[in-house]
Amino acid sequence: MTRGPTWFNLTSLVLGFSFLYLPIVLLVIYSFNESRLVTVWGGFSTKWYAALLENDQLLDAAWVTLRVAFVSASVATVLGTMAALVLVRSGRFRGRSLFSGMIFAPLVMPEVILGLSLLLLFVAMDQARGFWTVMIAHTTFAMCYVAVVVQSRLVGFDKSVEEAAEDLGCPPVKTFFLITLPIILPGVIAGWMLAFTLSLDDLVIASFTTGPGATTLPMKIYSQVRLGVTPEINAVCTILVAFVTVGVIAASIVSKRQQVQRERDERAAFGAEG
Amino acid sequence: MDEPVTPPSKKRSLGSWALIAVPYFWLALFFLVPFLIVFKISLSQIAVAIPPYTPAFDLSAGWQAFRESLSELSLENYVWLTEDDLYWKSYLSSVIIAAVSTFITLLVGYPIAYGMARSPAAWRPTLLMLVILPFWTSFLIRVYAWIGILKNEGLLNQLLMSLGLISEPLTILNTNIAVYIGIVYSYLPFLVLPLYASLERLDGSLLEAAEDLGCPPWQAFWKITLPLSLPGVIAGCFLVFIPAVGEFVIPDLLGGSNTLMIGKTLWVEFFNNRDWPVSSAVAVILLLILVVPIILFQNQQQKMQERDG
Repeated sequence: MTRGPTWFNLTSLVLGFSFLYLPIVLLVIYSFNESRLVTVWGGFSTKWYAALLENDQLLDAAWVTLRVAFVSASVATVLGTMAALVLVRSGRFRGRSLFSGMIFAPLVMPEVILGLSLLLLFVAMDQARGFWTVMIAHTTFAMCYVAVVVQSRLVGFDKSVEEAAEDLGCPPVKTFFLITLPIILPGVIAGWMLAFTLSLDDLVIASFTTGPGATTLPMKIYSQVRLGVTPEINAVCTILVAFVTVGVIAASIVSKRQQVQRERDERAAFGAEG
Repeated sequence: MDEPVTPPSKKRSLGSWALIAVPYFWLALFFLVPFLIVFKISLSQIAVAIPPYTPAFDLSAGWQAFRESLSELSLENYVWLTEDDLYWKSYLSSVIIAAVSTFITLLVGYPIAYGMARSPAAWRPTLLMLVILPFWTSFLIRVYAWIGILKNEGLLNQLLMSLGLISEPLTILNTNIAVYIGIVYSYLPFLVLPLYASLERLDGSLLEAAEDLGCPPWQAFWKITLPLSLPGVIAGCFLVFIPAVGEFVIPDLLGGSNTLMIGKTLWVEFFNNRDWPVSSAVAVILLLILVVPIILFQNQQQKMQERDG
């Protein structure tokens, strides 16, 4: 469609995006509210942010959450990338349907079921619950998201480069690290970030699988939200939103730049041939 | 379900077996086995102990003991679920709330996806980014943001009253309406993304041909655009409906005490009543309800992949 957007399309875009963004914008605005009454504007203030720095419980929870998110995202990225390679490259093998079912099912499975089932597994294994059990739970569902993201990258990938390397006697593991990984890297990075934010956000699965001493930030926020809306929670939420927004935008700029660079390299290589 | 092993062109190396085995093993241990345990515990009795159930069977005790314990298994928890109408009302109302929300999400999401697909090509990456961004933002935060808007002295009521449209604040928070708003808002990106993908691929020349042949735009939409975007509509609706049925955070924070949803019932049964066997039975039934849509969704995804691949 080369014609400009019609009024109908423009209106639906403006209304749609206002609906998506207005609640978050209001939340951010009211985190700078002087008044303790969340919905009455009492002037600009950053005092709620200062108050956060003195809230040790909240800072502890934030630290636990970041550690869980970092470790589980990293493990999930390795496992998820392997799973994506299996889905795209391994062809048919016994139990393939079960494998792809186990990759796709957690994406839509209600969190209460995932949380409950993992907790019962940890209890049956007589495993003390805490940091590691939350980490394993997050890794398990995040690796499925990583697998889907990396898979979409692998599907649109020119296999001939890999085959050329193998024909020249390059061992498969080396081929992976020298050829495949650099090409799918944007997908792998996006997968890691998705896994990281999923872990950062999760309330339900963490509530089931956690134990003493491993209260995560969403659990802390949830228990305070149940008591009512306060400007401190708005401030915590604003920080989280800012953190994620900057991360996602930075990553998309980096991956775009890499793509432009690679296209330029490819053109240069083909130019040298001709 | 296993597909026949086609004769591989070269023998699979040890490395490629390891590549399959590691993620396979992880998922089997942490995804498949836990379901079997849930099923097992749903058949056992509640007990005042830690953990609060009597083990249904103990494999270490040998085959004889295993057979004996099998006879002790009971469907009592499932009978209980049918006797107390809280449970079947929760299941029914979850499915209804999820279905209605999915339909509203489709009505809200279709114009957005359509507008995106028809926007100038230079805008599209930015618009796509704008749809994906809320998906990265915490679910809990996005639900929480609505509390301040919807409550009695909240921003929506303030706005409506200052405009003189209402004189008394509307009670929206803690009703099912708030739950619908929460689900539509939270799951909108899940519907817009697959829908946009299928609308963007639509061949514009078909619409031009229809227009040249004198077909009015709305008829072209019904006869060409809508049927061709159907795979995106179906994928998007599944992605909203399936998780919405088991939703916990939205009915808990936005819904009222009379909002029945099965995710919340399970949570209360587990954390407040500490009845692990009954909450396991609730989970098993919920899974059975969702198995059909999940399988339909997977088949559709596989078909779409095969066509694209």
